[in-house]
Amino acid sequence: MKMQYFIQGGDFSAGGRASTEVKSIIKQFNISPEKIRRIAIALYEAEMNVVAHAFKGKMDVDLRPDHIRVVFIDEGPGIEDIDKAMEEGFSTASDEVRQMGFGAGMGLPNIKRNCDEMLLSSVPGKGTRLEIKVLF
Amino acid sequence: MKLQTICDIVNGNILNEFQDSSDYTKAFASDLMSDVLRFSMENTVLITGLSTIQTIRTAEITNLSCLIIARDKKVSCDMINLAAHSRISIISTQASVFEISGLLYEKGLKPVY
Ligand SMILES: Nc1ncnc2c1ncn2[C@@H]1O[C@H](COP(=O)(O)OP(=O)(O)OP(=O)(O)O)[C@@H](O)[C@H]1O
Ligand SMILES: [Mg+2]
Repeated sequence: MKMQYFIQGGDFSAGGRASTEVKSIIKQFNISPEKIRRIAIALYEAEMNVVAHAFKGKMDVDLRPDHIRVVFIDEGPGIEDIDKAMEEGFSTASDEVRQMGFGAGMGLPNIKRNCDEMLLSSVPGKGTRLEIKVLF
Repeated sequence: MKLQTICDIVNGNILNEFQDSSDYTKAFASDLMSDVLRFSMENTVLITGLSTIQTIRTAEITNLSCLIIARDKKVSCDMINLAAHSRISIISTQASVFEISGLLYEKGLKPVY
């Protein structure tokens, strides 16, 4: 089963809608609540990164009987130093982002903790690609 | 601990009512949503000074069903509508995060972390 969502950078009122929708869809399948929780958290953190740091992006969901794979591709400033971005506490979030309750530099490490595979790549000045896989 | 009991303890108002029969055993206090997203929030009450639509989204994602908004921060209609849709109760109170935490701790709610 495949689904695609558009994510608008800077739109905090809509931010999280796509992840919430995917969460309610996967709830209808025979997936353990703990897996659903982990998937929802990883997707939400990734979606909020597009909202907080990029101009626009899309989220492609591929749901299979034994796993879920989600790819986020955005157009934005990209990430200069991926290793640094993965460190807990590293954040370049703006004041606006911080006022919304984000920008602690915990999102990417949290995504890693909640999924089985995570691939992050970026072209600075162009955009970022994040691929997440969770096995059931 | 039931929703109404919690509301009475913190001297608050329930802004979003729905049939909430949960028995809350734990509480977590934070204004940082990524912090909330790090822990398992089953039967947990979130005490926060952050009153934005993302507070509700974070609750939806982490299965939180009770939020206490501290220091009378304004809760928007959009927040209430989204919370109603996801069956999330919202308590608003004049008390600060510090006071609410102290009161609920004293009455037996346990820390998440
Ligand atoms: N999609 C993206 N586009 C551009 N930069 C990004 C993107 N995702 C992450 N980053 C960069 O990596 C940093 C760390 O990301 P991470 O999600 O860990 O923290 P954060 O988003 O700043 O704060 P938090 O997730 O705790 O709210 C960001 O501050 C930003 O500099
Ligand atoms: Mg983030």
